[in-house]
Amino acid sequence: MDAFLDVLAAVFLIIGCLLSLVAGIGLMTFPDLLTRLHAATKPQVLGFLLIFIALAIHLRSWAVVPVLALAWGMQLLTAPVSAHMIGRSGYRTKHVSHKSIYSDELAEAIRAVEAEQRHDQGPPPQQQ
Amino acid sequence: MTGIVMWACGSVLSVALILCVIRVAKGPSILDRVLALDVMLLIVSAAVCLEMYYNRHLDNVLFVVVACTVGFIGSVTVSRYVTDQRNA
Amino acid sequence: METPNSKDQRIDDALDPVGVRHRATLREEWPLLVLLVLVWGALWRDFSPGNLLFGALIAVLITTLFPLPPVVLPGRLNLWYCFKLFLWFLREVAAASVHVSYLALFKGRATRSSLIAVPLRTESDLIVMTVGHVLTLIPGSFVVDVDRRSSTLYLHYADTEDEQAVERARSQIRDIERRLIMAIGSKNEYEAIKAECGPKFSARKAQ
Repeated sequence: MDAFLDVLAAVFLIIGCLLSLVAGIGLMTFPDLLTRLHAATKPQVLGFLLIFIALAIHLRSWAVVPVLALAWGMQLLTAPVSAHMIGRSGYRTKHVSHKSIYSDELAEAIRAVEAEQRHDQGPPPQQQ
Repeated sequence: MTGIVMWACGSVLSVALILCVIRVAKGPSILDRVLALDVMLLIVSAAVCLEMYYNRHLDNVLFVVVACTVGFIGSVTVSRYVTDQRNA
Repeated sequence: METPNSKDQRIDDALDPVGVRHRATLREEWPLLVLLVLVWGALWRDFSPGNLLFGALIAVLITTLFPLPPVVLPGRLNLWYCFKLFLWFLREVAAASVHVSYLALFKGRATRSSLIAVPLRTESDLIVMTVGHVLTLIPGSFVVDVDRRSSTLYLHYADTEDEQAVERARSQIRDIERRLIMAIGSKNEYEAIKAECGPKFSARKAQ
């Protein structure tokens, strides 16, 4: 049983580290900023979960679970927000390479809103 | 066995870190660099976990908690100020 | 706007008629306080009553010194669906991590993505926010922008190269929304989802 737990912890630790490597490789190979974002933050969610489980198994203690859960919870809370912020300002500063985009429904929505605004401003208000 | 695992994980994390440094150096925009630095911080946190695994203690786990908060505040602050093409 | 609908109203909920921000009462924010106390206990790795009491004191002090706009909780919580949601989330994260790893290793430069608009059924800010959070944590998609008035999320979805993939992505996001409403949505929305998906609603899989 002890040996089994040791092997399990080691396997989890190695997979967790490999997911960090995937993040690094994704940073190098993906074509543009928004696609790179996928590689950068996301595999780490699973990676850290595995690393924390490995730590808890290795220390053989339930008392460490709350603080590890807290560390993982902080990851879960912060990673999406920073991804969204970077993605949003990346989109607004036109960091999207159009070769890597199949369809862009956000641009259509923005165009629709702009056309509506032009329409609203177009004819001068008649009532008085 | 722990020794072999440590060597494997350590070298994997080092390669990942080098890839991130290359992206920081190359990154066409400041957002790419912030992203790569964020990933670097996560990799360093993973390395801290590795050290705790090796020495069987949990003293540095607060560093991991604080690191992701700092990375979060850093990337949000930078992307908040990257608003037009000139800064990007 | 002459006919303010319920959603425009909702945005101003945090403000009084005079324009002063409404402060959350203790009854509204006790879940937040409990959470803060648990965080305190986890940080000290000590859940003894004395430590928790001190943590509660600090939590009350912090929330009175630095007030945030109140979070409107839907007032319904189904722990069984929460548990199912969590298991489903872990499975989905694992599967999608493998997918993104495959993309990074073998497809790389040729990866093409889409920006997809997903109109959600819900009207609650909390659900929209949680759906965005969950789908961002699942590799392969993240939120670029949100239209709060129509509860529409604009996502960047990796590896979508044709119309079919886009449609699949859209239905997957609406499946996340369905699961979240079943877990924490308000009673009305829960009934609406139940009516929409029929009697076997909880067993329905995403196509």
